[in-house]
Amino acid sequence: MEDVAQQLTAVLQQVSGYMYPNEVGLQWGVLVVVYPYITGLVAGAFILASLERVFRVKEVEPTYRLALLTALAFLLIAPLPLLLHLGHPERSFEIFFTPNVHSAMAMFGFIYAWYLTVVLLLEIWFDYRKDLVVWARNEHGLRKWIHLILTLGATDISEKPVMFDQKAVRFITIIGIPSAFLLHGYVGFIFGSVKANPWWSSVLIPVVFLFSAIVSGIAMVLIIYLLTGLVRRSLEMSCLDKLASFLFYALVMDFSLEILDFIHRLYEAEESIKILGTLISTRLFLSLVVLQALAGTVLPLICLAFFSPAFGSRALVRFPEELRRLLYLASAVLIQIGIFSTRWNVVIGGQLFSKSLRGLTVYKMELMGLEGFFVSLLLLVAPFVLLYILVKVLPPWKEASTTSVAEQAAGD
Amino acid sequence: MNTEANRPQEEPGSPEEVSRDRREFLKQCAAAAPLLLATVRVVEGAVASANDDSYKPEEHNYGMGIDVSKCIGCGRCADACKTENNVPREPFYFRTWVERYVLTADGETVVTSPDGGIEGFPSTVSEKGVLRTFFVPKLCNQCANPPCVQVCPVGATFLTRDGVVLVDKDYCIGCRYCIQACPYGARFLNPITHTAEKCTFCYHRLVQGKVPACVEVCPTGARIFGDVGARSSPLVRFKHFNEIQVLKPQLNTEPKVYYANLDGEVR
Repeated sequence: MEDVAQQLTAVLQQVSGYMYPNEVGLQWGVLVVVYPYITGLVAGAFILASLERVFRVKEVEPTYRLALLTALAFLLIAPLPLLLHLGHPERSFEIFFTPNVHSAMAMFGFIYAWYLTVVLLLEIWFDYRKDLVVWARNEHGLRKWIHLILTLGATDISEKPVMFDQKAVRFITIIGIPSAFLLHGYVGFIFGSVKANPWWSSVLIPVVFLFSAIVSGIAMVLIIYLLTGLVRRSLEMSCLDKLASFLFYALVMDFSLEILDFIHRLYEAEESIKILGTLISTRLFLSLVVLQALAGTVLPLICLAFFSPAFGSRALVRFPEELRRLLYLASAVLIQIGIFSTRWNVVIGGQLFSKSLRGLTVYKMELMGLEGFFVSLLLLVAPFVLLYILVKVLPPWKEASTTSVAEQAAGD
Repeated sequence: MNTEANRPQEEPGSPEEVSRDRREFLKQCAAAAPLLLATVRVVEGAVASANDDSYKPEEHNYGMGIDVSKCIGCGRCADACKTENNVPREPFYFRTWVERYVLTADGETVVTSPDGGIEGFPSTVSEKGVLRTFFVPKLCNQCANPPCVQVCPVGATFLTRDGVVLVDKDYCIGCRYCIQACPYGARFLNPITHTAEKCTFCYHRLVQGKVPACVEVCPTGARIFGDVGARSSPLVRFKHFNEIQVLKPQLNTEPKVYYANLDGEVR
């Protein structure tokens, strides 16, 4: 209590203009920045996986299972930042049991549960079932048992059930795309529907969130595929090129929407325009102008436009594979920084100005503590650890799959 | 009251003294027991009869009027509120506070609320020349269409039948969505209970037929409390004789804190 008061007293010194007294300290800190960042990666990775299944983009096939596992690893961690930020995490189950149906936030539990169980887990299970059975038959010890348990007793891999698996995967993917849109669009809606806050209150926010999610998801899978590919010495350049092209298209959409939002606000120039202008040019200059717009969007856009085959079968500027890999990696990493900054600018930026539109406060992130820097870092690293374990249990690589190419061709 | 001095002096803590003390204490207890029980019954009876008066929430719809021209910025309301409701004393937690507006000659508006106005305000020396100054008490607007109630994921904050927005602190999960949704900055997270908190119109006083503490202590009668829909209430009278404005009407929250003589600069 005294710590909080001390911290707020320090913040008070840096307030410019007038904040309502209750607004000096921010309510949602870095953990609430981490949350939409992580769910965005989930939605984006899933939509990338769907490209292969629904739209049959053959080049990105090597990333299909990897993208699904990435989505799962991030989705499992997604509720943690929210839980840790609650004043009473022990009461969080009330969201499931006694939800206020008028609350956007109350729907979280249901959308999350739907997405986790009906979409991701089911799709992964159907997709892996045949492999699980074959692996369990050929393995010994713990791995055998793990894989056997994961089959849930469905060990028939004759032609008919396997065909059913494939149909089920396709069906779930089709349901999964709108679900992924729902998952992240809804996260955007949590912010976009707050009419009290002119920085958040925009019908475009859910759409912007969605496209930035797709961008971040594709970029993340690209990074993971590229790095694991290098380690495993098995990297398909055609796949990387395709990923980079999709990344470019998604980024163009995302950037256009952000610009539209920006121009719309500027042109309407509502009551809040002055304070928001000051917000951008002072408190958010680094995170919005430098990191989000320039480093996280414009630079990767230029890079991908010139060096990826986004406008046809050949890139505008042709570079050898090694250099192209490096440029893709750099672009994808910059995009991650940019998207994290986007989340930061929405969540933190939306609380830095007073609802009296007369002043700005500052956000002091604590290092230690439940809502501090280290916990956030831990939450950002945790999905990768989880992904490592998932990859060990359910190898997503082509050579591990027991479905032969001929069989797949027959299935098509 | 110097019975201690008249008592025979004995060595303190000796067995005789202890046993005598115990005997006397038990005797006194035995003598006092019927009286004590009777007192308890009487108090219980009083409480029961107060309940028997059966406060009927559906018969009320509370609101507050604020006459800006009457507020002198003494901050007694904010102080009384903190005392009455056990609000943390640090200057970051307020159920009600007072803002001072200083309009300078060149069109600038400077708003301050040091410690919510509890300690008063420093003098208004401005090089630009003061055009006008005034004080504006702020509090939860007890909206009839409250965005905080809409967003609460578990329904811990709710609208009572008598038109007051309350928070159930035993139910609130501390997500702070309601604080974000409030356009008036009227909510905060209590640093001790870790739950959302706000003005209740001193609900515990209302059910006893009293007015909120801030209204009670205001030396100039700048705060007027009453029923919005009653045929005759101080609030209805206030609304009858003044031109009324509410804060941020464009947000359609339908506030039930009504301001008279409110300047357009106030947000």
